[in-house]
Amino acid sequence: MADVTLQTGTAHNSTASGALLAADGTPLKKKLRQALAVSRRRAFLLVAPLLLFILASFAIPILLLLVQGVKDDTFSSIMPETTVVLSEWDANSEPTEDMAAALVADLISARAIDRSLPTKVGTRVNREVSGAISLFKKTTRKAAKMEAPFLAELHKTDKKWKDINYWRAMKIASKTITPAYYAAAVDKKYLADGSFTDQPEDRQIYVSLFLKTILVSGGVMLACILLGFPVAYLLAHLPSRKANLLMIFVLLPFWTSLLVRTTAWIAMLQSAGVLNDLFVWVGITSDDQRFSMIYNMTGTIIAMTHILLPFMILPIYSVMKAIPPSHVRAAKSLGATNWTAFWRVYFPATIPGIGAGGLLVFILAIGYYITPALVGGQDGQLISNFIAYHMQKSLNWSLAAALGGILLVLVLILYWLYDKIVGIDNMKLG
Amino acid sequence: MTGTNGTDDFVVFDQVQKSYDGETLVVKNLNLSIAKGEFLTMLGPSGSGKTTCLMMLAGFETSTHGEIRLGGKPINNIPPHKRGIGMVFQNYALFPHMTVAENLAFPLQVRKMSKAVTREKVAKALDMVQMGEFGDRRPSQLSGGQQQRVALARALVFEPELVLMDEPLGALDKQLREHMQYEIKHLHERLGVTVVYVTHDQSEALTMSDRIAVFDDGVIQQLAAPSVLYEKPENAFVASFIGENNKLRANVDTVSDGVAHVTIDSGDKVQALAVNCGQNGNTMLSIRPERVLLSADAPNRLEGKVLELIYLGDHIRCRMAVAGHDEFIVKVPNSSDHAALNVGETCSVGWLTEDCRALDAA
Ligand SMILES: Nc1ncnc2c1ncn2[C@@H]1O[C@H](COP(=O)(O)OP(=O)(O)O)[C@@H](O)[C@H]1O
Ligand SMILES: [Mg+2]
Repeated sequence: MADVTLQTGTAHNSTASGALLAADGTPLKKKLRQALAVSRRRAFLLVAPLLLFILASFAIPILLLLVQGVKDDTFSSIMPETTVVLSEWDANSEPTEDMAAALVADLISARAIDRSLPTKVGTRVNREVSGAISLFKKTTRKAAKMEAPFLAELHKTDKKWKDINYWRAMKIASKTITPAYYAAAVDKKYLADGSFTDQPEDRQIYVSLFLKTILVSGGVMLACILLGFPVAYLLAHLPSRKANLLMIFVLLPFWTSLLVRTTAWIAMLQSAGVLNDLFVWVGITSDDQRFSMIYNMTGTIIAMTHILLPFMILPIYSVMKAIPPSHVRAAKSLGATNWTAFWRVYFPATIPGIGAGGLLVFILAIGYYITPALVGGQDGQLISNFIAYHMQKSLNWSLAAALGGILLVLVLILYWLYDKIVGIDNMKLG
Repeated sequence: MTGTNGTDDFVVFDQVQKSYDGETLVVKNLNLSIAKGEFLTMLGPSGSGKTTCLMMLAGFETSTHGEIRLGGKPINNIPPHKRGIGMVFQNYALFPHMTVAENLAFPLQVRKMSKAVTREKVAKALDMVQMGEFGDRRPSQLSGGQQQRVALARALVFEPELVLMDEPLGALDKQLREHMQYEIKHLHERLGVTVVYVTHDQSEALTMSDRIAVFDDGVIQQLAAPSVLYEKPENAFVASFIGENNKLRANVDTVSDGVAHVTIDSGDKVQALAVNCGQNGNTMLSIRPERVLLSADAPNRLEGKVLELIYLGDHIRCRMAVAGHDEFIVKVPNSSDHAALNVGETCSVGWLTEDCRALDAA
């Protein structure tokens, strides 16, 4: 493009169109990009290991988790023909001979590959309607000997096949991409015809559990603010020698294992524990009416507050440390009482710290697992304990993923709200 | 005000002492009376106790000993917010979460003034410092000089009778600082408030003040009007802290009629005004560079050797070696008949006896 380069020894080299040229005739912009590219590449290489690590340990697992929550190919991969036939069924008319034939054929071929496969399918269908595991075991055993018409044979094998609900359950299970788990995670049931209904009363646990988790996290956050604010204030205003000592006490929990701390609370709070002994000794309660402060919600809240307290104190402290003492003095010289100076001048300046600490504690609390698991007993369990349960015990990973996905969305909403109300730029973490 | 003895006692420090650690006195036996409407500056090097004095007056520090009176009443036991003293801080101390107008409204709100009155006073105070259009801005959206103006307006908006300023211009650049000096001075003249101003910048103090208290080491070294301080320093510290000053060590032979006959360390005998030198013993002679005479018939003549000449337009600055002291500065006015000087040459240096002050030897 540089056909009319003026090389007249003037200060500017430029093309006819006016773009600046570097000394060797390439356009200056391109030259600059080249020069910057090197440093950009170097910067990228420097962070590449961390980027890869985060990708592998954080981004990809979360993505997989989100996918897991809506994807379930147990049924469709083991029972391909049935899946196709079921997808054409409207879930209201009587089951057809085609459906029965496909089911029997799939069961036979699945059993041929691995004897456990039909039971897996049964387990999956069982999540939608109970009694499916035994039904599938029984049917698989007899399938090899069946002959057309298969629907009649199935009815003969087990009366349950006459019940349309089992067919509907299969239709639900046959969907590879399914909202069933997210629906289950909010106490809804996904029906074969594509609609949703409420779970039966006694199985509606997750919504109230989410609410409970949010309430507990909010309570822990409030307790941390109330307890942490005065400590942070002391830390920021004591002479440095005393402040350092106090800081060690604040940080001490970070240096002891979480398990040790949690079990220490068991020793403190159990009915034969230190606190109850003290209460009995002082006469607050009698020996046969000791308070139950552990293995219930009280224990969960007390232990979590203690464990999360430093996450509240440190951001508030660092914000307070940066507030010039002259601000409060100015307020007083302008006629404000101690309280007014605190409330109208000092306190507003600490809000970024309270916000940061609050958000941090809330987000940590909402996903807290180990403490409720250890000291929560029956009613002190939070949503994370149920996620763990579905991961480890019931092996319903998709439901665990759906619960986790909802938790993630909740946290993101909180983050968004925080940004709207306080502003993320205002957050001071340390 | 219910002054008890004259007008000179609106603010009184009466034998005030202050110690932070119980070991050293940061303020040693301070006695100071400030008249109503006066602009008094506390001038002194860093660490000399100026801020401490101001803080005691404002109520943020308590004096270890002595009494501070405001309008005749002791205020030692009155908390800061009841003293009604306006204050301007070095870092302005504007409240960052409030707008400029809200900052100014703050002292009026805590005094429970009505909204209408508040609005009116805020507008008036902002206009007074030419910041009328900036009421809705946050302090962080203002330049340093603008923030300073707002801080000034905030300290004045509730019409205190006494305003304290602790190095309020310290963070501004030179030009803006000089401009603000005049603005503050004019505001003071217009409003008639009493101002106690703290600075370590002597030219600032000379420009603005009615009287200057020169602090060093927790003691007022001299308390006087700017011209007196410059022309009649009472001790060596004041002479060297304010303006430029040639110092010659000497020994007092006799003192008669206020004139000290002294022998300089080099052996020459000269005369000086006896100010603070005792009857005999060591003394420090202090001569301003512009008062040195270079003519051969001047009194108190000494031999001087020209070491360096700096041409400064309106005058020529000449560094000389005089009486074994080679930082002796002479300012030669650039008049048509000024002495011709060349580096390396010797000439005679002298002074009028009343221009040379024999001070303490410190
Ligand atoms: N809060 C304090 N605690 C202990 N010592 C202090 C305190 N404030 C000032 N000082 C000491 O008192 C002396 C005078 O300080 P200050 O009044 O701030 O001087 P100035 O304002 O003249 O620079 C200094 O030596 C300083 O170290
Ligand atoms: Mg100071």
